[in-house]
Amino acid sequence: MRRFLGGSYVVLALLLVGVGLGGVAPHGLAVGGVAVASPAASLKVGLLAPTTGVAAAPGHDMINGWKLWWAQHGDTVAGVKIDTTYYDTASNPNTALTQARRAIEQDGVQLLIGPYLANEGLAVAPYAEQHKVPLFLPTVSADDLTQRKASPYVTKVAGWSSSQTTHPAGGWAYDKGYRTAATLGNAYAFAYESVGGFAQTFTEKGGHVGKQLWTPLGTTDFSPYLSQIQAQHPDVVFVCVVGADAVHFLQQWSSFGLKGKVPLVVQETVTDQSSIRSLQPEQVLGIIAFSHYAEGRDDSATQRFVSDYATANHVLPSYMAAGFYTAAQWIQTGLQLVHGNVADQAKFLAAVRSVALSDSPFGPQRLDQYGAPVQNVYVREVRRVPDRYAAYAKTWNVVIQTYPTVSQFWTYKPSQYLAQPVYSNTFQGIAK
Amino acid sequence: MTFYAQNLLGGLAYGSLLFLIAAGFTLIFGLMRVVNIAQTSFFLVGVYTGLTLLRAHVAFWLAVPMAGATVTVIGLFIYRVFLHRYHADELIALLLTLGFALMLDDGALALWGGNPESVPAPGALAASLQLGTLVFPSYWLALIGISLLIAAALRAMERRTMLGAIIRAGVDDEEMARGLGIDVDRAFYIVFAIGAFLAGAGGLLGGPITGAYPGLDGDLLPLAFAVIIIGGIGSLEGAYVGSLVIGLVSTFGKALFPELSYFTIFVPVAAIMSLRPQGLLGRKR
Repeated sequence: MRRFLGGSYVVLALLLVGVGLGGVAPHGLAVGGVAVASPAASLKVGLLAPTTGVAAAPGHDMINGWKLWWAQHGDTVAGVKIDTTYYDTASNPNTALTQARRAIEQDGVQLLIGPYLANEGLAVAPYAEQHKVPLFLPTVSADDLTQRKASPYVTKVAGWSSSQTTHPAGGWAYDKGYRTAATLGNAYAFAYESVGGFAQTFTEKGGHVGKQLWTPLGTTDFSPYLSQIQAQHPDVVFVCVVGADAVHFLQQWSSFGLKGKVPLVVQETVTDQSSIRSLQPEQVLGIIAFSHYAEGRDDSATQRFVSDYATANHVLPSYMAAGFYTAAQWIQTGLQLVHGNVADQAKFLAAVRSVALSDSPFGPQRLDQYGAPVQNVYVREVRRVPDRYAAYAKTWNVVIQTYPTVSQFWTYKPSQYLAQPVYSNTFQGIAK
Repeated sequence: MTFYAQNLLGGLAYGSLLFLIAAGFTLIFGLMRVVNIAQTSFFLVGVYTGLTLLRAHVAFWLAVPMAGATVTVIGLFIYRVFLHRYHADELIALLLTLGFALMLDDGALALWGGNPESVPAPGALAASLQLGTLVFPSYWLALIGISLLIAAALRAMERRTMLGAIIRAGVDDEEMARGLGIDVDRAFYIVFAIGAFLAGAGGLLGGPITGAYPGLDGDLLPLAFAVIIIGGIGSLEGAYVGSLVIGLVSTFGKALFPELSYFTIFVPVAAIMSLRPQGLLGRKR
């Protein structure tokens, strides 16, 4: 209903604009009410983020990160005003596509950024490509969008790939002396890819992956899965769950007595600030995650961002917030490189792809030729926050080891890596 | 051994949680023939209200009835202003409650934000018990007892009180009950209020297991349906037995055949629907 009303307001606004232009320019410039050539003095950005539905909280984080950058740095870059319109994807791929359509066909945006969920991204990407509108993905990590389905219009600006952080995890676990692993992940693409990255590198070193458990999204009761894991006595458990599932998992991992007894390594979503925020320190302290972001990273770019974000929003920033904040930094740098000339789309895109951030809340970042970031991967640990953040959080993630300049292909040759299928529940890259 | 003990207790605890939702659901449906889709949304509002009270340092056991009372007020408003006109028309009533479910959902999101929240178990029950090699959260064990107590209290109400007699009469033959001069409408109000209270209080009671997050109500709704189908529509005992069956089947199913997690609860549902459509303890209509 709200969307419907929102839509009619837009139509009304367009009509008014059309009438207004008709009055000023009687020669009928406003053909169709859409093709009003926008002067190069603005860049119309459509930000797709869920602000309703299950992923509403990450959606708000994304918008907050985006707004914070422009509030700090001014929204006019090299004479170009950043004109952002926000579209609610309602955590639903169909709505995300409808909104992308609206943004491109009715509102004439020149750049799409977002959405959040992998399935939303997969729905929007082909459409944006077809209409030759650049799509920036700071949070959507689906591997194939910058691998087997890479497109010149789709880039993971300030983003990441699902298995990018977990490829190092397999070798790390093996080097720790772990030889058998059990895995648990949500039954959908993001977790298949994340767990696959771990399974491939762990087994290539000689480790053995036992039972792989896939839990439906929205699992509240993890106890049966935990009993399975305990029965197997693995050396290490690798876990990738998201959102409320992460909260449930962490709570039960601790209350069923596995914490501190069974070594646990997780994908960063499990202990992202958005999940550990509501948990007690003893439920999460010491948990190791592999990540492209760590809010407790001891670096001035990260800490300036964390402190400013906390002051503005009264919580410590999640990776979603950091992604959109940094994406704004990226776009600003790109605009400066082309001196504000956004009319030449190819040039602007090439400039964005050539940006190399020497530092950002994530650390140094640049894009590879497929449009995926090359960046640090952190081994991080949940610790208590320092006193200055006590009002905003109980715990945060501190870096204990850094893998510098990690590519989405890890140490594999791209051609060789792309010859294997994308990780799924049937292909986990397990070496025989 | 530990494996089976943990899943047995886990299944009972999860079933007990489901009963907190299914009890009100079956009471309301049994008497009023209203499929209250908003029942799990009442539960969700109960968790959030309870969480807000806990954060204001209200004691857990006091916050439980307060969350229940809050949801009762919402429920009675919905019933008094909208639902009571339509409960004779099952389809309209169903759509109406669906509409309120969506509104409560979005209302909760607007009021409390969308971050997944965890609900701390009350003081003494926050820790875990160690029984040999088995570690089990105390609160989950306590919930098995709490749910059993609530079931016993509801059964006593149904069997031994005047209200219970009226409810039973209304369930059996509403027209005849009205013909005998029984104020069935008043019983409707009371039953709807009890149903809402159970869901609201149940929300906070179940909170330490479910937490609170947008979409919780949608995750629980199919389970509540499954419970009712297995137990028999309108039967309290059926709801209790059905809850435990679903709890145990889903827990053991996930533990033994994790690749079938999506289907485990629907196997007993399909079996019951084909072999005994009125449910385990339901009566033929």
